[in-house]
Amino acid sequence: MSTATAPRSTVPAAPKANPPKPPRKKKQHGANESAGVFAPTMMTRIGLIGVSILSVFPLYWMVVIASRSTADAAGFPPALLPGGNLGEHIQAAFAHPEADLLLGLRNSFIITGTVTLSVVLISTLGGFAFAKLKFRGSKILMGTVLFSMMVPLQQLGIVPLYIIMVELEWLDTLQAVILPFLINGFGIFLMRQYVEQAVPDEIIEAARIDGASTLGIWWRIVMPALRPAMVVLGLLTFMLNWNEFLWPFMVLSEQNPTIQLAIQQASTAMFAADMSMVFTCTLISIIPIAVLFVVFGRQIVHGIMEGSGK
Amino acid sequence: MTTQHTAPRLTWRERLTRIDVKAMPYALVSPYFILFAVFGVFPMGYTLYASLHAWKIGNPTREFVGLDNYTFLLTEYDRFNWSVVNTLGMFVMATVPQIVCAMMVANALNKRLRRPLLWRMLILAPIVTSVVAVGVIFARIWGNEYGMVNGALELIGLDAVNWQGGRLESWFAISSMVDWRWMGYNALIFLAAMQTIPKSLYEAATVDGASPRQQFWKITVPQLKPILIFTVFVSSVGGMTLFVEPLMFAPGTGALGGGTTGQFQTTAMVLVDILRTHGNYGISSAAGWLLFLVIGVVAALNFLVVNRIQGNK
Repeated sequence: MSTATAPRSTVPAAPKANPPKPPRKKKQHGANESAGVFAPTMMTRIGLIGVSILSVFPLYWMVVIASRSTADAAGFPPALLPGGNLGEHIQAAFAHPEADLLLGLRNSFIITGTVTLSVVLISTLGGFAFAKLKFRGSKILMGTVLFSMMVPLQQLGIVPLYIIMVELEWLDTLQAVILPFLINGFGIFLMRQYVEQAVPDEIIEAARIDGASTLGIWWRIVMPALRPAMVVLGLLTFMLNWNEFLWPFMVLSEQNPTIQLAIQQASTAMFAADMSMVFTCTLISIIPIAVLFVVFGRQIVHGIMEGSGK
Repeated sequence: MTTQHTAPRLTWRERLTRIDVKAMPYALVSPYFILFAVFGVFPMGYTLYASLHAWKIGNPTREFVGLDNYTFLLTEYDRFNWSVVNTLGMFVMATVPQIVCAMMVANALNKRLRRPLLWRMLILAPIVTSVVAVGVIFARIWGNEYGMVNGALELIGLDAVNWQGGRLESWFAISSMVDWRWMGYNALIFLAAMQTIPKSLYEAATVDGASPRQQFWKITVPQLKPILIFTVFVSSVGGMTLFVEPLMFAPGTGALGGGTTGQFQTTAMVLVDILRTHGNYGISSAAGWLLFLVIGVVAALNFLVVNRIQGNK
């Protein structure tokens, strides 16, 4: 199984042969339709509107349920318009004994912030080295990165990682959650792609002739050029880790939860009893990511499309 | 003292530069590889070691038992084999429609639309939710008594379905969570690949009289093959380690059991159950390696399937 080479093959190969017929004959009726392939039809629009509604409806509905009384939430046909109880529910949610939302938010910010900083920094270093520096073994090492990107070792190694945390008596500590996630193969891959495009070889050579060291080049030339890519990687890493569940679930307890664990506890403890309260807690957990998504939507969309190895 | 012409050919400064050029690349990539070795490679090897021993939490003795832990899972612990069936079932149910939809949506997004960013963000919106949140919302949508889907079924005169009770029903509901969250993301990845297909291919095909539908199947899909292989691989890994969606589908104590009779218990849930609830390091490690093998087989099979479909076209 040569998984290591797979991402490289995602860079689409150039078409093997140019189409034999040059698309020049504008007089043929085909020329009209050539615009036609990329012109949206009625079906395209209807389909996209339908899919968009399906995408957004569950999110909208969460707000609806969170803002109405539990009695409304349980009725049928279900409530489809927001009510006026949201503020009151949010206050109650933060005071709720079953789920420590404030502690969860605080822990999640600490964990996610640390992981994001680390991933971005380590990825700019490695991405720069793989893109612009020549060193023996770089191909094999990059292959290892690509392999680690596709095989979730953190998830497969969860048993020994758990054993290690037990032996170190690190259960229920934040470092147990943070440490295994400080690196991300995808980050190195994304940064390597970006450095290759954004930093011309000539600039690096010129800096070398002027006597700049490798670290100096990284700091003064590469880092400034990488700023947009760092924002993208930071956003994606933040989203991914904010939503991480399995590993925190393994090593943290109810006394020291991340926000996701707090939500899970809330839903376990009071799902049947107080639906709108569970939805309010869930809504609170989504707000930081939702704000990032709305503010940085362009960068996030870009990052996902770039990261696919286009 | 000048040393430029004779004995030590390099100046101090040049020597430093040489070390810098030779060694610095390794220093730059070392943080990644050190952490990868400690938290990626070492645990994998350690799992292999643990899986060959009878070893429980709080018990310092570990006795070498060979493959006993593996045979226990495969022949005695029914839940394990069923969990593999469940995971595979949900993987197929979730992945096939998801990839077909994502391709169609990507094809639509690839047309000349006004406000392309807005459409892309709408399609991508589910990604803001955590899996836990998806679980909370969808448990309500598929709920037995107050569920939206059952309500709608009754409204049109059909019987309500016990979505948590049966194997296929629960797989279907859980797959919908995976589909909803990841379809848009995959659509954007396909879209990125579609944008690199040269427009001249379509123009030439149009001149030859190919309809848009034919062009989709004869040009777009074959050109997407590499990214399709990549996506299917990533989906295989993600699908075979499915955990949170089924856990959230029936929240409560014993959620790791995946329903009253384990009808939607995935292999990852079995693994965590053995580890967390029973504290059995040895058997959960064996489960981890078996899961790894299953993922390898599934990924290889998927690769063959995707390759084949394309070849026939």
